[in-house]
Parts: sequence; C-alpha cells; structure tokens
Amino acid sequence: MEKQPVIEIRDLYKSYKGFDAVKGINLTVYKGDVFGFLGPNGAGKSTTIRMMMSLIKPTSGEIRIFGKLLSEERESILRKIGAIVEKPDLYGFMSAYDNLRLLGKMSGIQPTHAGIMDVLELVGLKDRAKSKVKTFSHGMKQRVGLAQALIHDPELIILDEPTTGLDPQGMVEIRDLILKLSKEYHKTILLSSHILNEVELVANRMVIINKGKVAIEGDVKELLNRDEMKVTIEVSDITKGVEVIKNRGLSNAMRDTAGNKIILHISQNEMAGINRALIEGGVDVVSVVPLRTLEEYFLNLT
Amino acid sequence: MFSLIRIELYKIFSRIRTFIGFIAIGLLVPLIQVALFIDGETYIEFSLQNLKEAFDFQGNLLNGYLACYIILATLYVHIPFLITLVTGDLLAGEAAGGTFRVLLTRPVSRTKLLFAKFISGLIYTAALIFWMALISLLLGIAIMGTGDLIVIKNTVYIFAEDDVLWRLLAAFGFGLIAMWCVASLSFMFSSFADNSIGPIILTMTVIISFIVISAIDLSLFRVVKPFLFTNYMGSWKLFFETPVNYDKILMSAGALIAHIILFFGIAWYNFKKKDILT
Repeated sequence: MEKQPVIEIRDLYKSYKGFDAVKGINLTVYKGDVFGFLGPNGAGKSTTIRMMMSLIKPTSGEIRIFGKLLSEERESILRKIGAIVEKPDLYGFMSAYDNLRLLGKMSGIQPTHAGIMDVLELVGLKDRAKSKVKTFSHGMKQRVGLAQALIHDPELIILDEPTTGLDPQGMVEIRDLILKLSKEYHKTILLSSHILNEVELVANRMVIINKGKVAIEGDVKELLNRDEMKVTIEVSDITKGVEVIKNRGLSNAMRDTAGNKIILHISQNEMAGINRALIEGGVDVVSVVPLRTLEEYFLNLT
Repeated sequence: MFSLIRIELYKIFSRIRTFIGFIAIGLLVPLIQVALFIDGETYIEFSLQNLKEAFDFQGNLLNGYLACYIILATLYVHIPFLITLVTGDLLAGEAAGGTFRVLLTRPVSRTKLLFAKFISGLIYTAALIFWMALISLLLGIAIMGTGDLIVIKNTVYIFAEDDVLWRLLAAFGFGLIAMWCVASLSFMFSSFADNSIGPIILTMTVIISFIVISAIDLSLFRVVKPFLFTNYMGSWKLFFETPVNYDKILMSAGALIAHIILFFGIAWYNFKKKDILT
C-alpha cells in the first residue's frame, strides 16, 4: 500500500535580515510516522516548525499538510494539528483545566469536563487540574503543554524539543507517551530534538538538518544499522594490537590510534573475528565501543 | 467571533491587573467626594467670590452633580493610564508570555483574533468608564444630594437640577469615545511590542506630549493642533454650555472615531504580517 504523505516540505527558505536560517529544506512525513527531526541547536529546526505552524512566513518554498497548501488553507490544516513549539508557555494565571478548556474552544471543539480530565490523566496531571499553571514545575508545564496539543484530538502532533529541561524520569515518561500516541492512538508525530538517542528510541523515520539544510533523511533502522561501523578497541598493548590487525589484512580499515585505542572502520560481521585474533595474539581487549555511523555523523555536525 | 470575544474577556478579567483601574477609581472617587463634602463649601466660596458680590446664590450648590463634574474634569487625564495597563498588554502580553505560540497555532485567523482582542479592550474600557460614572453619580448623590449645577468657563452657566443628569451622562458617553481612542492607541503600540511596559509608556508619552502641544498657544502648534486626537478629547465639556454646540461635539466624536479606525488599521496591518519569534 502506498504511503500517504501528511507533511510535504519543498525548497523551504527563511531569511531574517540577511541571515539565512533555513536554506532549501525538503522533507516528507507519512501517515503513522514518528518522524525524528534532528539537528544541533541553531540548525533551523524551530524555524521550520514555526513555518509549519504559520507562526512565521517562509521567504520562499511550499508547505503542504494533509495534501493542502498551508498558505491557502491554514485554518482547516491547523484544526488537525496539535503542537508544542519550543517552551510550552500557557496562561500562568489560569488553571491547567481552564487553559485546556479555552484552547480547546479555540481549536474549534467544545471540550467536555470528561474530555479535559482524560487528557490531563493521559499526561499525568489529573490531580492538579485546578492548580494554576504558574505554580507548576518545568516538567509539569511540559506535560500541560502536551495536553494542550492533544485536547482537540489532532491527527498530526508536532513536538519541538518536548523533553528539554526534564529529568531522566520525565524524559522516559514523555517518550512512553509518544509511543503510546503512535501505537494506541495512531497519531502521526513529528518529534524535533537535538538528542539522537531520544529519536532513535521512538522514531521510525528521521531527518538530520544542519545550518538550515537537510544533511541526511531516511529510515531510522536503516540509517543506524548500516553494515559498516566505526569501532574503538582499547587494548593492553597497542603495538601488538596494531600488528595483529595488520596481520589480518585490515591495515586499510585502521583509521587512527590514540593511546591504547585503535579506531577501525569495519563491517559488523568482522568484529568477532578481530576480537578473537587479538586475544589469541596475547593482546587483552579492555573495551570495544562502537561508534555508529549516524551518531558520529551527528557529532560531526555539532 | 462571540466565542473568541468571550475567551478574551475571560482572560482579561482573570488577571489582577485588570482590577487595578477599578480599585483605583473605587478609592479615588469616594475620597474626592468625602473631601468635597467636608471642605466643599470653602471651595465653592472661593470659586464664586467675585460673583457673590453681584448675585445672590441660593439652594444646595455643593451637590452630587457638582462633585461628579469635578471628578470628570480632574480624573480625565489620569484614566488613560489605567486603561493602557490592560489594553497595552493585550497583544504585547501574549508576546512576552510566549502564549502567541499556542494562540496563533489554533485554527483562528489572525484578523479574527485581533478583532476579538480589540473589542474586548473596548469592552473593558467601557466597563471602567461605566464604573466611574456609576460611583461618581450614585455616591455623590447619596452623600451630597442633588441640586443645580454651576459651571464657570468664560461665562457662568447655571443648569437647573432637572437639566443636569442627561448632560453628565452624555459627557460620560463622549468620554467613553475619547478613552476608546486611548485604548486603540495603546493597542496599536501593543501590536509592535514584545513587552507590555513599552506600549503603556509610549501611550502616556504621546498623550502628555499632545496635551502639552495643545495647551501652548504658539503659531506652529496651532497648525498641528487639529491633527492631534487629544485636541478633541475635552469636548465633553461642550455639554455644559447653553446652547449645546452639537456640530462641534459630532465633529470631535468623528475625529476620535477616525483615529480609532486608523490605530486599529495600523495594528491589523502589522499583526497580519508579523513573524512570531518570541
């Protein structure tokens, strides 16, 4: 079955007074995707998301969501999107409940008491429904921010760095929630992040952008599980270790040495044999740390 | 649209700053009235000292109507500040709080949202003026009763007791248009700003500067005076003349309404094309 595109971005540019924040981004998000939108800080992720949410106008390019042009059918498109754009700032002088009630109405629905409480329960804030948002911790504000994105039951959810500032437990909870929204509620999700691991754990497809341009796009599993990998092997004797590796005919695979570490660029199925050869050659293997191509790629960007 | 206006009004009246104006008027007006009740006779004696040599004044000259007139004249310059506290924050407050990011990602056009905010600001202004009129009149009458109203301008106007109330109500009505003009000005500044202090200070600076220019009788200022909206704000006093110059009142009201439309138009143009970066 042909995949149905939900977001299609073509040749998107945004310039601010001579500074090009986004330089010709192209990407496609399909129905049911949890799409990782990766890039270092300042790469242009938030600018792109702001353009998708019509908070800022593109300098040029085209954004289609649900097959419609955003510039022409903004309101009907936004009716089906829930988003957190950067910090989840809500009305601090109102309760979480009232914030959701008001924002739900503005999204074109008449939120019921049960509906609001269900969403608050989903994000773990049912007990604090009547508390003013200004009394919330950062983590709770993130959750209520997520709740406002879900209150009108959108088809597409755009989350811009939703785990920023959260403790590890909070990050796990948000991650679980994203998986739940994808698997149980069949939402299409675009997740922006500068943390590869976060995207790796939840996304099926991803794009990495840097300096306003797409660096790489594809299936997360394919990108992360390429046959070729870089690996750092820490050995007890670097001279002997290098000799063993050369004897196996892997001189060309050796990228570098540093202290007692040898950096190799090999295929995954060669690793076990190298490990065995080193031990048989009288070289203790202290550690083997794989550097996945994508991770290194991402690090090179930053 | 009504739903949006209700939402905006709910937001306005959920904030403490909204009630600062009501509290300030609720304290100041009774204070002035009590002071007039205690020391008003001296005030009237001083005002009428030259006239008393030629005329014999009888009846309750220190009454609620006079107190209301004095309050209108005294507080007129200060009310704009109380109005801009709220109207200057209507757009800039959303920018400063980062709430534009949740508000403008809803399926509502910017024009509709702006209009709902604008109307809500006008309703708040009307509520404040209504509150001022209500306690000025009711409390004034309760403390000092009713009576004829003496107004001294270039000449002396004496209005019979039964001819005063409508003039006061009309003056408050005209005052509302003038205050809507102030609200529109601060709303316009608010559309450009990312914090609410800027629009409040700018609005007050413009009003004070324009009043000063209007007050100084120099030929250069006389040329620009017709173009300053503050020049028309004091036309409520025309209701306390005989005969009432309705043409001048209508012209002043028209000039103020034209300014309201102009200020809203500028705010709309700016807001429509504004990139939300906060």
